[in-house]
Amino acid sequence: MSNHDAGEGHAESGAHAHHGPYVRIWAILLALLVVSVAGPLVAALIEHRPTAIAITLSTAFGIAVVKAYMVVKNFMHIDFTKRFVPYLVVTMVLFMVLLFAGTAPDVMKVKGLNWEKPAWIEANAEAAAHPAGAHGAHGDHGESGH
Amino acid sequence: MSSGRPIATTRSAAGMPTGRLAVWWVIASEIVIFGGLLASYVMYRLAHDAFAEQAAHTNTWIGAFNTFVLLTSSLMAVQAHKAADEGDGPRAARFLQLTAAGGLLFAVVKAFEWTDEIRHGFTITSSTFWSFYYTAAGLHAAHVLAGVVILLIVAASAKRSVELHRVELIGIYWHFVDVVWIFLFPLLYIAK
Repeated sequence: MSNHDAGEGHAESGAHAHHGPYVRIWAILLALLVVSVAGPLVAALIEHRPTAIAITLSTAFGIAVVKAYMVVKNFMHIDFTKRFVPYLVVTMVLFMVLLFAGTAPDVMKVKGLNWEKPAWIEANAEAAAHPAGAHGAHGDHGESGH
Repeated sequence: MSSGRPIATTRSAAGMPTGRLAVWWVIASEIVIFGGLLASYVMYRLAHDAFAEQAAHTNTWIGAFNTFVLLTSSLMAVQAHKAADEGDGPRAARFLQLTAAGGLLFAVVKAFEWTDEIRHGFTITSSTFWSFYYTAAGLHAAHVLAGVVILLIVAASAKRSVELHRVELIGIYWHFVDVVWIFLFPLLYIAK
């Protein structure tokens, strides 16, 4: 018996049973990576903006969610841990959503029911969003999509 | 079982080894750290079109290459876990070393990428986008480097078939680092 087994920690997991076809999963992840890069490139050629945005969002971010799920499920073996572990992870993700929901209106809106953002805040944000000393040609020049 | 073994190995109060429980707790806290950062980035990105103009200067191909590197290193990490489960310490150590090599390659590519961007005037103070970019990617890179160090330490003990349970633990951490990059890549490199 290896030291790994001696750690007696696999009572809940059946540690030797859950190793899957890892190379195949890795190949699928790489294929999804190709799609996530190609999707926005194709979207840039489409003039109908809502369609282009839908393609970009689904291929870039939709596929990111799928890839993350595959890694968590197949490589991190979250299915084989105690049930409270996935609950813990989901709870932390919900905290992230809560943070977004609680603070996004202040960032993304200029006024609400009982408040209005002072004009200087938006002006400062716009100024900060534009670079001070950076100059153009670099990286994927011309792929600005704007 | 000798009394000299670490508590992470010998205790399982929550129904799983304490070491594995600890790694999941670390990951839970990391989700809040990275999640807060990414959620803040998303709300600014949606509110300010200037982010798209700045994101246009990041290099998608370098980001894609680094994604490939991290996904491949994750494959190596899970193969190490499999080898450890089979009691083959030296094989697990070799896979862990390959995982660490992937992490190092990622960091080297990132260093060249950042050098190029800084030479073009895109620094952490250039704009809000670049502040997010360097903070998020930098925090992630710090996790990669820390992971490389731990991977090599665990590989050294695995080579002697000692404390092989650690192979799974560092693997879980490494996969999480991979997952974070899976979300950083479209946010910083694709959404232009």
